[in-house]
Amino acid sequence: MAEQYGPENIIVILGAAEGEAAGLAAETVTAGDPTFAGPLAGVQLGLKVYHACEPEIKDEVDSAVYDEQISMMEMVLDVDDIRKEMSTIRDEYCKF
Amino acid sequence: MYSVLKGASYILAHTPDMVIHNGTTQTTQRTIDPDSEYLKNLDKSLRSYDECKAYLPNQTYIGNITPDELAGYAQPWYQQKSDYIQREGRFGEIMPEDEFIGLIAICDVFDLVKLESQFAVSVKKKLESHSLIDPKFLSVFDKNFELSEINGFIADEHAEPLYYGGMIVGCIKAAHDIDHSLSAHVIFENLVSKASCVLSLLHLIDKNHIGKEDIEYVIECSEEACGDMNQRGGGNFAKAAAEIAGLVNATGSDIRGFCAGPTHALIHAAAMVKAGTFKHVIVAAGGSTAKLGMNGKDHVGKGIPILEDCVAGFAILVSANDGVSPEINTDIVGRHTVGTGSSPQNVISSLTASALEKAGLKLTDIDKYTVEMQNPDITKPAGAGNVPEANYKMIGALAAMRIEIEKSQLADFVSEHGMVGWAPTQGHIPSGVPYLGFARQELMDKKINRVMVIGKGSLFLGRMTNLFDGVSFVLQQNSGAGQEETVSEDKIRKLIAASLKDFAKHLQEDEG
Amino acid sequence: MLKDKKAIIIGDRDGIPGPAIEQCVKTAGAEVVFSSTECFV
Repeated sequence: MAEQYGPENIIVILGAAEGEAAGLAAETVTAGDPTFAGPLAGVQLGLKVYHACEPEIKDEVDSAVYDEQISMMEMVLDVDDIRKEMSTIRDEYCKF
Repeated sequence: MYSVLKGASYILAHTPDMVIHNGTTQTTQRTIDPDSEYLKNLDKSLRSYDECKAYLPNQTYIGNITPDELAGYAQPWYQQKSDYIQREGRFGEIMPEDEFIGLIAICDVFDLVKLESQFAVSVKKKLESHSLIDPKFLSVFDKNFELSEINGFIADEHAEPLYYGGMIVGCIKAAHDIDHSLSAHVIFENLVSKASCVLSLLHLIDKNHIGKEDIEYVIECSEEACGDMNQRGGGNFAKAAAEIAGLVNATGSDIRGFCAGPTHALIHAAAMVKAGTFKHVIVAAGGSTAKLGMNGKDHVGKGIPILEDCVAGFAILVSANDGVSPEINTDIVGRHTVGTGSSPQNVISSLTASALEKAGLKLTDIDKYTVEMQNPDITKPAGAGNVPEANYKMIGALAAMRIEIEKSQLADFVSEHGMVGWAPTQGHIPSGVPYLGFARQELMDKKINRVMVIGKGSLFLGRMTNLFDGVSFVLQQNSGAGQEETVSEDKIRKLIAASLKDFAKHLQEDEG
Repeated sequence: MLKDKKAIIIGDRDGIPGPAIEQCVKTAGAEVVFSSTECFV
């Protein structure tokens, strides 16, 4: 899919339940699969990747839709932890 | 009059060899990378039967430790020493793998399970002393095979090997040469599901003072499908399990709904009983080999033992109102409908607040919510977080959005209305039902007034819809209206007498 | 950041499900080219 659309045009958005899982998924789409088992094994894509709860996403989404679809989960998920994990991965691997 | 929750049973079968050979995480890994370090070192991460028995969440599942007591132990629980090591529990047992293989052989009525002679002899001896296994079944262990014959079935006829202690001790043959729905793999999964369902039924009958002949209907709600290539999900696990369990007066059927299956099935059972169609209905399910070691890579990678090493089962008895047992209030039923959508707040709201509001109740009027009770020891290292806690936070967040509680009281709401999770990640097994045994007791002891049972299912995994699903209902203290039969008989007599008197009076008046 | 981008969505049943994220990013002008929901339990 990255080849088809050009990796610079793609954004990956995650909905993971907590920081570590978000980080692991983010690492897979940026640096390749760290467990060396999945379909993306060994491919360093460096795609842009965010969690749906991060402000970069929230700020661009229609606020009424965001409120209806996601806002409650901000109270449930550890957004700070998720954000920390995500930016670590982005800083290290993201190419775009 | 509402139907009641009359009893519940819970069983585990410790199956470490099935983790290696039948769990899909491991079988998939074997397909893509048979020489992987994970597979090579897997056996070092498996627990012994004694370790499995001493594991606090397992002891909670079979009823020896209450959820409150479990919450008193520091997490992770696999690091805790335990004084609870019993095989038998208030609700059931933890069966070792060899006996469970024996039970699988008993559940096979098509001569597909072949056991090696020495193994068969030793299992027969062990099952002879199992109080719930009917001795009439033990003759299956007299017809057995040499290892060379079994190896032949595996090599030449695509039979699935049965392992115990790392050694081949038998096999399960395909029931058809070509039909994929009757392949050895499918028959294996289905017999495991059937056997664990049967064991749950036997414990339910044993522990709740009800006769096998009193059961009229069984609803099975696991996530397997049995049938042949012309009717792949034809069924009927319920009747197949009822047959082995000796429920001679029962028929039954299967209800499917992924992890929401058990709650759907309980609503069906409650409605059947309330309508007077049947007096005693059992909702039961066995477990799944596919999910054994599902998160094993994460566990092994973090130096944690493989905690998903048990096939689980449960059975719930729903009966006509006895005046004592907790009532299943089918007037408070939550539903995730086609139109609900998938936003988490809509999902949780449809299952809780919307249903409660109609009955004039608030979220805080429910003492305990029983949600997806997955054991956090298993899910946290796998990146799925603490699943029950997340559910409680969602309900609490909803209560805050509805201004039933202050936002600052969210943590209190979670600890007051929630519980820690203790159930194995066997899909439908953790979904609402693991607490019902304890809930029955706590409601009868009048420690709590109302419990909400919530089942949620990931329908999108079946690729037929993108929809999510869920249903819920309320369990409440018995109103104490007394036994249905005695009350109604007495009442009817009085009513007849009163109306006859009335009638006579009218006649007199007319004449006069 | 989202406008005119091709969005790949990996939702989570215990976090934010795929379809919920889809609805959101569409309002920001992204085109959803893939969406799934993971299940670890």
